[in-house]
Amino acid sequence: MKLTVNRKTVTVKAHPLTRLLDVLREECGLTGTKEGCGEGECGACTVLVDGEAVNSCLVPVAQVQGSRITTIEGLRGTHPLQRAFVEHGGAQCGICTPGMIMAATALGPRPSLDEIRTGLAGNLCRCTGYAAIYRSVLASRARSRARSKGKGQRAKAKV
Amino acid sequence: MQGTIAGRQLLQPRWLGDAVKMLRDEGPLVPLAGCTDLYVALNFGTLRPTRFLNLWNLDALRGIETRGNALRIGAQTTYTEIMKSAAIHRRLPMLAAAAREIGGVQIQNRGTIGGNVANASPAGDTLPVLLAADAVVVLRSAAGTRRVPMTSFYTGYRQSVARLDELIVGFEIPPVRGRQWFRKVGTRAAQAIAKIVVAGVWDTARGEARPRLAMGSVAPTPLRLSQTERALGSGASLADAQQIVQREIAPIDDLRSTAEYRRRVAANLVGQFYSEARKR
Repeated sequence: MKLTVNRKTVTVKAHPLTRLLDVLREECGLTGTKEGCGEGECGACTVLVDGEAVNSCLVPVAQVQGSRITTIEGLRGTHPLQRAFVEHGGAQCGICTPGMIMAATALGPRPSLDEIRTGLAGNLCRCTGYAAIYRSVLASRARSRARSKGKGQRAKAKV
Repeated sequence: MQGTIAGRQLLQPRWLGDAVKMLRDEGPLVPLAGCTDLYVALNFGTLRPTRFLNLWNLDALRGIETRGNALRIGAQTTYTEIMKSAAIHRRLPMLAAAAREIGGVQIQNRGTIGGNVANASPAGDTLPVLLAADAVVVLRSAAGTRRVPMTSFYTGYRQSVARLDELIVGFEIPPVRGRQWFRKVGTRAAQAIAKIVVAGVWDTARGEARPRLAMGSVAPTPLRLSQTERALGSGASLADAQQIVQREIAPIDDLRSTAEYRRRVAANLVGQFYSEARKR
């Protein structure tokens, strides 16, 4: 089975019913994506499929053949959201962080606080009380703006 | 993951015609749509060993269109697609309201209306909407197509009239006149499964009140509340209608709520429907 993960084509041998989460972690070696609840409640395993946030614990790999999959590794540590989470305390224990960031990337470059709250409602965090996460996402907007001014549309195209 | 996929088989039809032939010739098969419910059971090992039919790639099951008078919604339309559809906002806003309160974004991107109906949970959020809208379920098998009114689709707890060789391919919704109304009562707007979910339409065609009301999570199947509707439509007092709804439902104590709470809230919701939906 051929998948496109973080812009690279990979061939995987997994059973077609294997969870996308397990294929990413065990076959692709991309362990940035975490398993939280395993029942679609917590959002820790969020990745993007064709630009849309999904819980990778609930997706059989057979359903994403031919789709573009983006994991936290695909942001290469340089995404404005990643920088903002570091600077504003958006990550504490870190388990929810990759899922939070992937869900936040799907909100586009200028989400309002309401859009952030709604867009991240499927991601649970037991450390921050969410305030620091919302602050981080809001701060990343300013960073995205500065960056896209300097480098054309790169920040937007990244995801 | 506690469940195992070893020994489980996935059939992958490329066309709808192939899918219904597989159901006829190679069944019993469990159809897979967005997997947002089914994979929870699979992950927890509570799903019986079975073979699956992957519907996700069948484009024939997707999309929203108006055909003649009816609004047609493909079974494999996701909640996100429902929320984004101008036709839904124009003709069936209570369905957009229901889609908005299902799961979080991740579930809305993957979960489908056909999956919600096929899963047949009495708590399914879109089911009261389809009941109150007088929707028709379109079923397809290798032998042909049949249409079943949503009001006679469910026969018991997680049971329906759909045969094992039939697929839900979509829903047809006649024009809905009057004000539409939807409420979900749960612990939280996102992710929580409903303690009670209700949809209603206050139709005043030809000056005559014809309210339609349906409720979920209050009986083994989602219910059209025909006795409560008649009371409200015939000018009975609200207090009478609130008494009737408490007799018409059959709630239980479960992990989300109690029968007593559900009876009281059902009566309150009838009051809210009466005061909000009746307004011009």
